[in-house]
Amino acid sequence: MELPADVKKRLTLPAEEHFYAGHTACQGCGAALGLRYVLKVYGNKTIFTIPACCSTIIAGPWPYSAFNAPLFHTAFETTGAVIGGIEAALKAKGYKVKGEDGIMVVGWAGDGGTADIGLQALSGFLERGHDGLYIMYDNEAYMNTGIQRSSSTPYGAWTTNTPGGKKHFLERKPKKKVIDIVIAHKPAYAATASVAYPEDFMRKLKKAKTIKGPSFIQLFAPCPTGWRAPTDKTIELARLAVQTAYFPLFEYENGKYKINMPSPSKEPKSLEDFIKLQGRFKYMTKEDIQVLQEWVLSEWEELKKKAEIFG
Amino acid sequence: MPMRKVMKCNEAAAWAAKLAKPKVVAAFPITPSTLVPEKISEFIADGEMDAEFIKVESEHSAISACVGASAAGVRAFTATASQGLALMHEVLFIAAGMRLPIVIAIGNRSLSAPINIWNDWQDSISERDTGWMQFYAENNQEALDLILIAFKVAENERVLLPAMVGFDAFILTHTVEPVEIPDQEVVDEFLGEYVPKHAYLDPAKPITQGALGFPAHYMEVRYTVWEAMENARQVIEEVFDEFEKKFGRRYYMIEEYKTDDAEIILLTMGSLAGTLKDFVDKKREEGVKIGAAKMTVYRPFPIEEFRALAKKAKVLAILEKDISFGISGAVFADAGRVLVNEKEKPILLDFIIGLGGRDVTFENLEEVVEISKKALVGEKVEEVNWIGLRKEIL
Amino acid sequence: MAESPFKADIEKVQKEYGEKMTPGAIVYIPGSSVVNKTGGWRVFMPKFDKDKCIRCFMCYTLCPEPAIYLDEESYPVFDYEYCKGCGICANECPTKAIEMVRETK
Repeated sequence: MELPADVKKRLTLPAEEHFYAGHTACQGCGAALGLRYVLKVYGNKTIFTIPACCSTIIAGPWPYSAFNAPLFHTAFETTGAVIGGIEAALKAKGYKVKGEDGIMVVGWAGDGGTADIGLQALSGFLERGHDGLYIMYDNEAYMNTGIQRSSSTPYGAWTTNTPGGKKHFLERKPKKKVIDIVIAHKPAYAATASVAYPEDFMRKLKKAKTIKGPSFIQLFAPCPTGWRAPTDKTIELARLAVQTAYFPLFEYENGKYKINMPSPSKEPKSLEDFIKLQGRFKYMTKEDIQVLQEWVLSEWEELKKKAEIFG
Repeated sequence: MPMRKVMKCNEAAAWAAKLAKPKVVAAFPITPSTLVPEKISEFIADGEMDAEFIKVESEHSAISACVGASAAGVRAFTATASQGLALMHEVLFIAAGMRLPIVIAIGNRSLSAPINIWNDWQDSISERDTGWMQFYAENNQEALDLILIAFKVAENERVLLPAMVGFDAFILTHTVEPVEIPDQEVVDEFLGEYVPKHAYLDPAKPITQGALGFPAHYMEVRYTVWEAMENARQVIEEVFDEFEKKFGRRYYMIEEYKTDDAEIILLTMGSLAGTLKDFVDKKREEGVKIGAAKMTVYRPFPIEEFRALAKKAKVLAILEKDISFGISGAVFADAGRVLVNEKEKPILLDFIIGLGGRDVTFENLEEVVEISKKALVGEKVEEVNWIGLRKEIL
Repeated sequence: MAESPFKADIEKVQKEYGEKMTPGAIVYIPGSSVVNKTGGWRVFMPKFDKDKCIRCFMCYTLCPEPAIYLDEESYPVFDYEYCKGCGICANECPTKAIEMVRETK
């Protein structure tokens, strides 16, 4: 469908849809929205690799696909390696990778597939300098298998294997900072993004396409199903995560950190605004919330310092 | 003109890769295969080979990168052994299911525990159900030839299955032999360029590979792999013919040696076949009616060839360097399937031999013959026999 | 009224797709998911009040399906064949022009 010229002008995102309806994501899925943005920006001049995760289901069972782009489904821990192989093959065939008219090689994996089982392949991808983009859509647990904690699950969260219970058996480890591990590789480009800020996310996607070398984006993608949150709160939660500095938006490029605008410019909002909308935090005591709040603020201070020193 | 060079089997495998011109090689070092990617790196460094070499951080990533490359429509190659192949295990299924004709060179080595770097076939035998074709080389020349053959068969449209070519750790990998290196032009004619028609990742034609298969479809996908493996029998024969025409060397699914009037036939794979031929010569001089057979192709299992061989023997002894605990050696179990409904069949005996680099001596083979002879005259013997065991330390 | 961007694709999929197994189970028709009408999942449906709409495109931008497209006058059109009724559009609408109402079937 061709949109009228004045509409196109006012739209801040590309009008073309390459992510098709009829996909089988849950209601209010942040990951599905993320995929829609990625496909809008890169169009079908993209080769996707998706490991076994929610997105396998979202893309559709044979003979269906929600993607109007080449898509390769692979094993859980192999995303980094497979996109390396695809990129090498494209180069060997003489195809242009990245740049204005080049092909984008994109890996799209969840937090479990990235921070846990896929960390080694991700490290290899970054270290070897493949000309691709790895997007970790972070919904903070193994959602596809039925909400088990990953190393990206935050302190105090309920999951099916941190079920609360009489012994108060909740997640007791802070969220793993995958982005810091990524930056330790000194990649060409690394950034955090959020589905609540599509313009920011899409700007980062465009940037990743122009920069030579491996890029990484950690996309905050709320999961109403796994977070025990109302399906209409996906964007609100993603926005609050940024405003509370729970998930600040920033970029790393050429050794420099840059905190992006949607992140709090003054005092971050209270974390309770973010917590109270989600059933997964309902077992947290006041002390638990305090622990998480302190962690958030100390990480936020650390990031601000990095931006100050390496800005 | 083809040139002759003295080289290790690992080098012969690297030469085969060079001649096959894969566009992507992804490999990780492991004893005893390390020299294969090393040599390929040298070829690339010297400008003699034009391939993207991905120095991956594990075998799991080696095969995953090959899968990605092959899915993007190029010829891909890797080499590994033992734990490395075991680490690749889950991705091997993916490569076969998605019909990606990757070739792996394998320096056949035992599996841990205990850790052991020497030869047996447990690594590749354990991957027999993955949907990969399996070839086993007797010597360095065969390793080179079979890698070229493996690519040709794998990429055939009636097959489109990946293949592994095994050659025994150290016995071959590190042993120098004269090897004839075919002319590049003739190999180019033989192999051509890999241009997949069924699928490759290209934005110009967006397809999805490896989508979720529901119970309504999964079985049919698996059946198409079964069918492809069945087709491979015919294609392998055709490729063996073509290879002979182009390069003058003839291969057989099962190669027989002095079997025509043999009462006892010893069947094996890999380098042990050479030893068996010498042993058969010796026993023939002693008047024993004995023959040998070498199985070059293990997957697809050469069913008809095996039945034809079985018809010739009164006792068919399988000598194999692998064990499937709780049943027998894998080849023996397969042979049982092949012969179970045959009206006339020989006595089938299994000999587990040479595990973890244990030398296989003529003495060991004499023991095999003694047991076979007993069976021949109707004495009761064990069906599965461990040969060369040091019983004194057990 | 503009057409759903997926209408043409459904026809294509229905015309070209036969349930014939492909080597390696390849999906040859991109976007073939459109034959799966996810509107049936919906419990609450978005009710749109055109008078309140300021055409900010928020609902269009934030729909994860996507099941909202824009008409010639750039007002949102809700594609009830696919809308799963998550309610993000209603929650994010700055002028409360969208209200989620229980669907009666």
